[in-house]
Amino acid sequence: MSARDLAEAVRSGARSARSVLEEHLDSIAAREPEIHAFNVVLADEARTAADEVDRRVAAGEDPGPLAGVPVAVKDNMCTRGIPTTCSSRILEGWIPPYDATVVDRLAAAGAILVGKTNLDEFAMGSSTENSAFGVTRNPLDTTKVPGGSSGGSAAAVAAGFVPLSLGSDTGGSIRQPAALCGVVGVKPTYGAVSRYGLVAFASSLDQIGPFARTVSDAALLLEVIAGHDPLDSTSIPEPPADLTSVLDQGVEGMRIGIIEELSGDGLEGIAGDVRARLAEAAAALEAAGATVETTSVPSTVYGLSAYYVIAPAEASSNLARYDGVRFGLRVDAPTSGDMHSATRTAGFGDEVKRRIMLGTYALSAGYYDAYYGKSQKVRTLIVEDFARAYGRYDLLLSPTSPTTAFSLGEKTADPMTMYLTDVCTIPSNLAGHPSMSVPFGVGDDGMPVGVQVLAPAMGESAMFRAAAVLEAAAPPGAAS
Amino acid sequence: MSGTAPEIVPGWETVIGLEVHAELATATKMFSGAPNHFGGEPNTNIDPVSLGLPGTLPVLNARAVELAIRVGLSLNCTVQRSVFARKNYFYPDMPKDFQISQFDLPINGEGWLELADGRRIGIERAHLEEDTGKSTHVGGGGRIHEAAHSLVDYNRAGVPLIEIVGRPDLRGTEDARAYVSELRSILVAIGASDGKMEEGSMRVDCNVSVRPVGQVELGTRCEVKNINSLRSLGRAIEYEARRQVDLLTAGERIEQQTRHWNEDEGRTHKLRSKEEAFDYRYFPEPDLMPVEPSEEWIAEIRAALPLLPMERRHRLAGAAGVETSATALTVDRGLDDLAVAAIDGGADAGRVLVHLENNLADGVGHLTAGAFAALIALETGGDLTATQAKTVLASLVDEGGDPAAIASAMGFEAMESNELEAIVDRLISEHPDDWAALTAGDDKERKKKSGFFVGEVMKATRGQADGRAVNELLARRAAG
Repeated sequence: MSARDLAEAVRSGARSARSVLEEHLDSIAAREPEIHAFNVVLADEARTAADEVDRRVAAGEDPGPLAGVPVAVKDNMCTRGIPTTCSSRILEGWIPPYDATVVDRLAAAGAILVGKTNLDEFAMGSSTENSAFGVTRNPLDTTKVPGGSSGGSAAAVAAGFVPLSLGSDTGGSIRQPAALCGVVGVKPTYGAVSRYGLVAFASSLDQIGPFARTVSDAALLLEVIAGHDPLDSTSIPEPPADLTSVLDQGVEGMRIGIIEELSGDGLEGIAGDVRARLAEAAAALEAAGATVETTSVPSTVYGLSAYYVIAPAEASSNLARYDGVRFGLRVDAPTSGDMHSATRTAGFGDEVKRRIMLGTYALSAGYYDAYYGKSQKVRTLIVEDFARAYGRYDLLLSPTSPTTAFSLGEKTADPMTMYLTDVCTIPSNLAGHPSMSVPFGVGDDGMPVGVQVLAPAMGESAMFRAAAVLEAAAPPGAAS
Repeated sequence: MSGTAPEIVPGWETVIGLEVHAELATATKMFSGAPNHFGGEPNTNIDPVSLGLPGTLPVLNARAVELAIRVGLSLNCTVQRSVFARKNYFYPDMPKDFQISQFDLPINGEGWLELADGRRIGIERAHLEEDTGKSTHVGGGGRIHEAAHSLVDYNRAGVPLIEIVGRPDLRGTEDARAYVSELRSILVAIGASDGKMEEGSMRVDCNVSVRPVGQVELGTRCEVKNINSLRSLGRAIEYEARRQVDLLTAGERIEQQTRHWNEDEGRTHKLRSKEEAFDYRYFPEPDLMPVEPSEEWIAEIRAALPLLPMERRHRLAGAAGVETSATALTVDRGLDDLAVAAIDGGADAGRVLVHLENNLADGVGHLTAGAFAALIALETGGDLTATQAKTVLASLVDEGGDPAAIASAMGFEAMESNELEAIVDRLISEHPDDWAALTAGDDKERKKKSGFFVGEVMKATRGQADGRAVNELLARRAAG
């Protein structure tokens, strides 16, 4: 049952929120030990919240568009009174005294928070293997990764633990795991969803977005969480795009460009089965009345390099506050400087340390211009290239991930090969544009393939229309 | 501009540039709604943002921007588009382990401040930044290296600051003190800051260098921190100038250093050399948008600015027909509005200034400009003696009212001049020896004896005689 239908059933009194919840808690109990999608399951809190929704329905009130819908939230979004760990030892024992804006909005819409999902530590990774609390497994094949960094949120939706979840996407951390787990994942326009309460990785790139099993459910969740928030200065003041009301409008007359540089011919490493699904997706859009052609967005190939300077640079500053003074882990030492070092040495994992060092170096006197400065110029070029492309096309298309889900442990020894899995998703983050991954058939291994639809800033309406067309035309997905 | 200031060490010129930090008088902090006020129990004026908790975001306080623009306009600065930047360094009293400041694009660019003698001291910039918390080191005499532990109070963390960076245009302790006093008067007058050095709401860092008189090239400077009063500013400059001259005359070189002023020991000591200086790894703050104040807003702020202390001195000097320097005390006491109004109301400017400086030091109470002007008219018209006028003035301060009515109620009536002449003549005949001494003696003796006769006249008239008239009469009699 879709989230939309569940909410409708609860609002109409046809089903109780409590029964919906128990059904989902049962499925969590059955498979969570194997999958490990969650850092914490909040069964008691969820039952209390579900009973409150039922009480309100009984009293004739409308609990909201997500009435009684179980949701999971990535464990880098603050929840008042509930530990928020970022899957890091360094936040051990920290309990936020406030809710992230998205958590507030979920509650206000009647959603039931059932748990907080696992991630690569501080959202740094592409496989959820960098968690301090153990890996999350792909529900479709537990020898494979779910992708990352929002692997827990993707797996929770793919496993049927919840119909909806939230992730955060800095370089592909929603779209790539969505593709690998065979669900829909959306990175909205930068500023469309408030970042207040999202523990920062790279502030100029981070954006919260939905996971869902259908395009329509993703639209429903995005409509709930989007909208201006005075607590986030980068939040867009204009009202968010209409999504659910335009989903069935199709792509007739739309001009869609396949990004040559990210689709195989221009880029090594895009697997043949992924390219084949992309071609079929393009044909499906054409069949629905769109004009589809290959186009060049040349500077996107430099996105990965620029990203791995800018994101670590911002991270090196954002993660400075984990110093043992005010919250989380503290390893005592004779001086405050030694205490900082000892705490950070013990509290951060290898990938986080690697990126802090990269970023610190990139911002250092004498290196700033060559690294950070140059990367910002690349970022500007990418924005300009996209602007030119969107002068000719309404939407762009590419694979989401170069391959289907890879095996656990396959890429952990070589950070560079892991970084390369985000090559197609990173350009949208650098430009601040929306993009989403839609499941489109399976690869040679039977694992899901995702197609990425890219749109200009605030272009979510057209993006969702194309996603709905792809969803309807998609070949059968992976069997779980 | 050089060569006029007194030399601390003969033959050497001391060159000074000051960096003044002033806390802006806002109700709330720079980036959150936590209260901004001095004092209070430790860690009570805090909230998640000012503690830098994970997930929090800064939201710029518009009032802080307005006050910063006021400061810029008052210092003749260019008010411009500005960008916040992160200044990264680890310190326990800095919640995020970076400070949000402004780097290459400050809100206020080049300007100048005019000293009382008309010299313009260059201002390089005046930018916005947030304050840090305060550490208290417990045990080991309060020194960080010997302390048993440290306590941190974050009440001050996030308080808005304006940092006013002056050019090295100052040439001695008097210059430096005059600059800081003038700056403080301006900040207080425009409501930007309370300017209390003793509470730390205004702090001065002092760059000092020395060079042989006549040398054009600047010497190597040292920056002196921890100056908490105008007095320590003067002492620190003198100490530092002598230290540097001693080194140079001993054939040594000055090392560029940051030094700490120790008030108790009356000396500075080295904190760190240029080589040990922090690499702050500044980069644009991604959580805040650039500040682009509109021309209209700047014009509005300019129009609402009160007259600045210098303008008020010029205004009073113009009205009173005196040198600007003669108006400083009256303007400092904030009595110049009253003075100008009384003078405009026809009062004798000289008497206005005398009364304000000598008889109204404790405030003006109920005194109005109209009553003040009327009182001075009575005095200059000969209806009241200076002594009587002073008594009536005290009553006007205490209770207000009409000066003529008060004078009459007090039984003050001006002596007719022939009545006074009769008394003087009687006293001359009663004290022939004293009169002879007055007429024959030297200047000193004449003054002494004049004083004696004036005193006798006052006794005889119970203080109702006009001292000036008595002196004139004595002079006439003595001249024969």
